Amino acid sequence: MIRTKMGGIVNISRRKAVKMIAVSSALFCSGVGGVLAGKPEVSGQINNIISGSQAREVDVFLDVPEIAENGNQVKVAFEIESPMSESDFVQEVYIMADGNPAPNVAKFNFTPYSGECFASTRMRLSKTQDVYLVAKFNDGTHSITQSTIKVTIGGCGG
Amino acid sequence: MSKIKPRAKIPKEAELNEVIEIKTLIRHPMHSGRVKDVDGKTIPRLIINKFNAMFNGKVVFTVNLEPSISSNPYISFPFKVKEEGTFELSWEEDGGNQYKLTKSLKVV
Repeated sequence: MIRTKMGGIVNISRRKAVKMIAVSSALFCSGVGGVLAGKPEVSGQINNIISGSQAREVDVFLDVPEIAENGNQVKVAFEIESPMSESDFVQEVYIMADGNPAPNVAKFNFTPYSGECFASTRMRLSKTQDVYLVAKFNDGTHSITQSTIKVTIGGCGG
Repeated sequence: MSKIKPRAKIPKEAELNEVIEIKTLIRHPMHSGRVKDVDGKTIPRLIINKFNAMFNGKVVFTVNLEPSISSNPYISFPFKVKEEGTFELSWEEDGGNQYKLTKSLKVV
């Protein structure tokens, strides 16, 4: 039995529930790898960046808080698994936020001198929103990850 | 307005092939161009839009900053130690002003 928000009661079988969970998780997974939901501006920007390139399976760790009490100073850090050698390195990392007046937050340009691929900064968030990370490798492949941040007090002026 | 002052925390010594983390901070209001002052006038946009890190004349790391970056922008980044030398860090402001900082690194 599932109690809906309206207060009504819906009878639902166990089999149906399992199916629902499976479908919703499948949708969630495809959302990360394929077409991105969110503001059209952000998905347009991402499509521009990744157009003509292939996705790469790689460990990308986007470290952002789940809840940001102050939208003026939100820590954003990331770590991408890469040998960072002359032949295989992360070239560009874009950070985007889909609820800010301007979606772009920062673009990090790495070189093989970096040795490892990590960086951190602080950003402003005007409201609760999704933050996207797009990594571009030197061979033209890309990797996308996203995370939702709940913002208690928005950073005015975003 | 407080003085714009860049700072960086770089280890003085490092071992060969060690990956060190460099932490930088510059005191800057980062006016996004959307905030109004007490008189209701919009404060014009004035941000640091580019950060460059050079080591012995070679570009090792850069960041393009947008108005969504917080005031007093903090940036940390990695660097693999291959030789001794000097870091030249520079921050570019809208309008072309540059703020620079140099720090040396020794290999032990």
